[in-house]
Amino acid sequence: MEPTWIVLAQLGVVVLVLAATHVPLGTYMARVYSSARHLRVERAGYRLMRVDPDADQRWSTYLLSLLGFSLASVLLLYALARLQSWLPLDVGMPGMNPATAWNTAVSFVTNTNWQSYSGEQAAGHLLQMAGLAVQNFVSAAVGMAVAIALVRGLARSSAHGRVGNFWSDLVRGSVRILLPLAFVAAIALIAGGVIQNLHAFSDVSTVAGGTQHLLGGPVASQEAIKELGTNGGGFFNANSAHPLENPTPWTNTLEIVLLLVVPFALPRTFGVMVGDRRQGWAVLAVMGSLWALAVALTTWAEVAGPGLAPAAAGAAMEGKELRFGPAASALFAASTTGTSTGAVNSMHESLTAPGGGMTIFTMMLGEVAPGGVGSGLYGLLVLAIIAVFVAGLMVGRTPELLGKKIGRQEITLVSLYILVMPALVLIGTALAVALPVGRDGISQAGPHGLSEVLYALTSASNNNGSAFAGLGASSTFYDVLLGVAMLVTRFVPIALVLGLAGRFASQRTVPASAGTLPTHRPLFVGLVVAVTVVVVGLTFVPVLSLGPVVESLS
Amino acid sequence: MSTVLSPAPTSHPARVETTAPTLSARQLAAALPGALRGLDPRKLWDAPVLFVVEVGAAFSTVLAVVDPSVFAWAVAVWLWITVLFATLSESVAEGRGKAQAASLRATQRETTARRVTAPQDTLDYGGDLASLPAVQVPSSALRVGDVVVVVAGETIPGDGDVVEGVASVDESAITGESAPVIRESGGDRSAVTGGTVVLSDRIVVRITAPAGHTFVDRMIALVEGSERQKTPNEVALNVLLTVLTIVFLLAVVTLQPFAVYSGARQPLIVLVALLVCLIPTTIGALLSAIGIAGMDRLVRRNVLAMSGRAVEAAGDVDVLLLDKTGTITLGNRQAADLLPAAGVSPEALADAAQLSSMADETPEGRSVLVLVKERFGLRERAEGELAGAELVPFTATTRMSGVDLPASGRRVRKGAAAAVTHWVHATGGHTGPEVAATVDAISASGGTPLVVAERVGSAPARVLGVIHLKDVVKQGMRERFDALRAMGIRTVMVTGDNPLTAKAIAAEAGVDDVLAEATPEDKLALIRREQAGGRLVAMAGDGTNDAPALAQADVGVAMNTGTTAAKEAGNMVDLDSNPTKLIEIVEIGKQLLITRGALTTFSIANDVAKYFAILPAMFVAAFPQLSVLNVMHLHSSESAILSAVIFNALIIVALLPLSLRGVRYTPASAARMLRRNLLVYGLGGVIAPFVGIKLIDLLVTLLPGIH
Repeated sequence: MEPTWIVLAQLGVVVLVLAATHVPLGTYMARVYSSARHLRVERAGYRLMRVDPDADQRWSTYLLSLLGFSLASVLLLYALARLQSWLPLDVGMPGMNPATAWNTAVSFVTNTNWQSYSGEQAAGHLLQMAGLAVQNFVSAAVGMAVAIALVRGLARSSAHGRVGNFWSDLVRGSVRILLPLAFVAAIALIAGGVIQNLHAFSDVSTVAGGTQHLLGGPVASQEAIKELGTNGGGFFNANSAHPLENPTPWTNTLEIVLLLVVPFALPRTFGVMVGDRRQGWAVLAVMGSLWALAVALTTWAEVAGPGLAPAAAGAAMEGKELRFGPAASALFAASTTGTSTGAVNSMHESLTAPGGGMTIFTMMLGEVAPGGVGSGLYGLLVLAIIAVFVAGLMVGRTPELLGKKIGRQEITLVSLYILVMPALVLIGTALAVALPVGRDGISQAGPHGLSEVLYALTSASNNNGSAFAGLGASSTFYDVLLGVAMLVTRFVPIALVLGLAGRFASQRTVPASAGTLPTHRPLFVGLVVAVTVVVVGLTFVPVLSLGPVVESLS
Repeated sequence: MSTVLSPAPTSHPARVETTAPTLSARQLAAALPGALRGLDPRKLWDAPVLFVVEVGAAFSTVLAVVDPSVFAWAVAVWLWITVLFATLSESVAEGRGKAQAASLRATQRETTARRVTAPQDTLDYGGDLASLPAVQVPSSALRVGDVVVVVAGETIPGDGDVVEGVASVDESAITGESAPVIRESGGDRSAVTGGTVVLSDRIVVRITAPAGHTFVDRMIALVEGSERQKTPNEVALNVLLTVLTIVFLLAVVTLQPFAVYSGARQPLIVLVALLVCLIPTTIGALLSAIGIAGMDRLVRRNVLAMSGRAVEAAGDVDVLLLDKTGTITLGNRQAADLLPAAGVSPEALADAAQLSSMADETPEGRSVLVLVKERFGLRERAEGELAGAELVPFTATTRMSGVDLPASGRRVRKGAAAAVTHWVHATGGHTGPEVAATVDAISASGGTPLVVAERVGSAPARVLGVIHLKDVVKQGMRERFDALRAMGIRTVMVTGDNPLTAKAIAAEAGVDDVLAEATPEDKLALIRREQAGGRLVAMAGDGTNDAPALAQADVGVAMNTGTTAAKEAGNMVDLDSNPTKLIEIVEIGKQLLITRGALTTFSIANDVAKYFAILPAMFVAAFPQLSVLNVMHLHSSESAILSAVIFNALIIVALLPLSLRGVRYTPASAARMLRRNLLVYGLGGVIAPFVGIKLIDLLVTLLPGIH
C-alpha cells in the first residue's frame, strides 16, 4: 500500500501540469490551425500527395478527403500486417491472419487500438514503426482535424459550408503538434527507463542455467504517441502495465499526463478560434467535472471498494502492479477510459465491480471526459447542442449555440450522432450474448461475463480500445464484430459532425443579446454534465444493472 | 390607425395575461369523438412517439388475450388510455377554436352581389362605377377583379378594396369590436372584408380574393387548426423525440437477450410497459396541443398568424420597429405649457390662445382649450358670446388658425413659428429674440412650438407667447421597453419627425434607438441592415407603402384597418389594429417555445424515477440484491410496473391545462429564466414521479388480482 500522500502527489502533479499547459498549448494549437504559413517540410508533403493545402474545402470535400485517406490507411496497414514476414525488420513474426489483420488495420486507423493480437508475439518492428506508430500520429491528427472543422463552422458566418482544408489540418496536427510533443515525451520516457532499440527478441541463458526471453524494440517512441494521441495500442500485450513500457510511478504519472494533455487543451483552442474564451472555459469545466467524477468514483471503488478479497488484502490488488498501487491504477483507468485511449496499467477485468462498472460508464459517456484528441471536443459540442436544444427552448427562443440556430437539419445530424454509439453497443452486446459463438469468448459466467462482453463492445464502439482482458476476443466473430463497430462508430459520426460543421459554416451568426442562452455560465456547465449523464444513464441503465450493478450489490 | 387602443396599464405591464379558461369536464367530453378519430394509426404516424405507444397497446392487448391476467389487462387498458389521452389533448386544443370558427362560418352564407357589368378598361380606369348597370350574381361566383356595388344594410360579398365612396362598416363579425369603422377609397383604409356589413352610404368594391380563399376562409382554417402545419422548431423537436424513441426501443429490445443470458427472461408485456414508460410520451402527447394553444392565444388577442413559423419567429425577435405615433405616443401632440412673451401676463396669453384655437378642430387645437381650462379656469366661450367673430380656420398653406373680432378690432393668430413670425413681420411688427429663443428651446426638447400673436387695429402685430405642444408617451411604455431590453430585444422607434424631436421622445419613452425622418425606403433599408447582421426584425404597419417592409420583416403585423397590400405582405394581421400588440405577440411566441422546452425537459427527467420503479421490479426475482434500488418501496413487481404505466398516462392529462395555458412567463434575462425553469421542470421532473408513482402504487395494491 502506498501512503496517501504519494497518491495525492501523483494526482496533484497531473492536475498541475494540465493546468499549466492548458493555455499555452491550447492557444498554440489554435495558431497552428489558423496560420496561413506552411513549413518547408509540409510543402514537400503536399507536393508529394499532390494536394492544394490552401483550398478552403466544403464540408463534403473535406469529408471525402478524410475518408479517402483513411481507406488508404486501412488498406496499407492490412497489407503490412499480412505481409510483414516478407519485409525487413520482421523480427521473425509471421504474417497476420485475415481476420486479425482486418481488425488491427481498422483498430489503428480509427484511433481505437483494440488489439486482438499480442504485440510481442505478432507485430514485428516494421509493422510497429511504419504501420502502427504512423497511424498513432495520423489517426489522432484526423480526430483533431474534424474537431477543428466543427469549430471553424461555428466560428464562421455565411461561409457557404467551407470548413478548412483537410490535408493541411492533417499535416499540421501531425507535424506541428503531435511530433514535437511526442519527441519530448519519448526522451523523457527513455530517461525514466523505457527501452528504445531495434533488437530482435532473443533467448539468453542465464548464469543460473535457465533461459530468459529478452525483449527489445522502439518502445519509448511508440509509448509517447500511444498516450499523446489517445491511441492506446501497447507495444507489448501487457500494455502500460509492462515494466518495459512503464517502469516506475514517475513514468506512470508522465503517461497519465500525456494521455490527458491534448484533450484538455483543445477547449482552449476552441475558445480562441470562436473568439470567446469563456466558451472554452465552459467546455473545459464540463470535461473536467466528468473526469473528476470518474476518477473519484473509480478510486473510491478500488481503494475502499467492496469485496471480501480486497478487504482481506487491504485493497483491491488483484490484476494491479505493486509498483503503482490501487489509487494510481484507478487514476490511470479512469483517464484511459475517459480519453478513448485504451492503454492500461492494470487488468480492468480485475477491477472491483463498481470500479469496472465506472470504466464502462466513463466510456459510455461517448468519450468526452475529456475524450480522445479531437473526438472528445466534437463529442462534447454535440452534447452541448442537445442541451441547448432542450433547455434553450426554456428561455423563449429557438435554440442556438454560439449564434448558430439549431434547426431541423442540425438536430437531425446531432440526433443521428447520439444514436450510433448506443445502437452499436446494445445490438453488438445482445448479439454476442445471444449467439453461442459470442458466449464462447466469455471467461466467467454470470453478471461478470456480461460485463466482459459489454466492456468489449463499449470499448470498440467508443474507439477506446482497452479491454476487460478476460474476454477471449481473438476469435473471427469478435474480430469482425468489433472491427465493424470500430469502423462505423468512427466514420459515421465524423461524417455527421462534418455535415454539421458545413451547416453551421453556411449559417449567418446571430449576435448574442440578453435574451440569448448564455453558454459559458456554471449553470450551463452543470446542465451539459447532467444531460450527458442522464441521457447515457437512461440508455444503458438496463444493461448496466444486469452487469456491474448486480455484481456490485452482491 | 383609426382605433388606437392604449395598453392596459397593469402592475406587470408586459406580462401575458392568462385569460384561457380552465379545462372543464364538458370540454373533455366534447373532445372525445375527435380523440377517438385521432386513434387512427395513419394519423399517428406523424407522431412516432405516439405511434409506438399505440403499437405497444395493440401488442399488449394481444398478449393479454393470449395469456390473460389482471396485470396484463390492466397494462393493456392503461396503454390504450395513454394513447387516448394524447389524442384527447390535441382534440381539446382544437375544440377551443371550433366555436369561433362556427361564428365566422355564419358570415359566409351565400349572398347576392351586384356586379357592375362594363368592359375591363372601364372597370379599371373609369369613374363613377356605381352608376353603371349591374347584375345580381351569387357571391360565390365572384372572381378577382370583379367590381361590386354595396349599399347600406348589405353584406360585403367578398374581400376587396374600396374604389369609390366612403361608408361605415360593421366588422364585429370578425373583430368582435362593435363600433363601426370607416372604409373609404384611396388611402390606407380601403380594404374591406367579405362578410362584414355596410351600415351607411354606398361603396364600390373591387374584389381581390376569389371565393373560398378569402380572409374569413383563412381565419376559419387557422382557428380550427385544420390547416395547421408543424412549425420548424416543432419539426426539429419531433426529430429528437423520434431518435430518443429509437434509442429506448433499442435499449428495451436488447434487454431481453441480456435478461435471458442472466436467467431472468422477461414477460413481453413487461418489456412493452417499460418501453412506453421510457419513450418521451408526455411531450409527444402534448406537442401538438402546445402548438395549437399557442396559435389560439394569439387568436384570443385578435391576432391571426398566417403561419406558425411567424409565431416562433416572434419568440426570436431581436429588434422591434415601432411606429412612434399610436404605438409609443398617444397619436397626437398635446399642449403642455404656455410661455408668455416679455410683458405679457399668462392670463392674456391663455385668453388669446383660447380665442385662436376656437377655429382649430385638430386634436392639437382641442388640447389647447383643455389646457387653458385646466390651468386658468377659462371656460369655452359660448356661441354668440363674441358678436361678429370671424373664425380663420387652419389651412396647410397659411399654417395658422385664429379669429378676427371686428367689434374690438382684434385679430388673433396661432400657428407654426415661421408662419406667425412671417405674419407679424408683414404688419411691421417684431418678434424679439427671447421668443425665438423659446421657440428654439422647445424644438430642441422635441416639442412643437406654436406662436400666438395678436394685432389690434392697424398697429403692428405683436407676439404674446408660445404654446408648447408635446408628444405624450403612453402610460407604461417605459416599463414595457425595460422588460423587452431584459429579454434582449432592442426597440427602434420609427418616426417622420426630425432627429431632434425624435431623440427627445425616444429618451422619454425609453426606446433604444430611433429612425427619424423615416421614409418607407428607410424602414426597408433598416430592416435589411439588421437582418444582414443576423438579427430578426418585427414590425407593425398598415399602409400600402409599409407593404415592402412588412414583407421583409421576419414578423410583420398588418393592421386590419390597413390596406389589402399590407395585409397580404405581413404574416400576421391584428384585428384590433393595435400596434402596441407587437409586444404581446413576441411574448406569446416566447411562451410557446418555453412551454415546449419545459415539458420536454420534464418528460425526459421523469424517466429517472420510472427506472427506479421498473428495473428492480423486473429483475429482483433473479437478483434479490436489486431490491435496494426499490427506493420507493413499491408493493410488488406488478404494482410497481403498473403504477409507472398509470403515472405515465395520468401525467399527460395533468399537464394538459399547462400546455393549453402556457408556462407562466415573466420577462427576464435568459439566464434567470433558464435557472427558474430548470429548477421547476428539470428538478421537478425528476422528483414528481417518485411521489406520483408511490401514491398510485398505494392505490393499485387495493386492486384485486395484482400480486
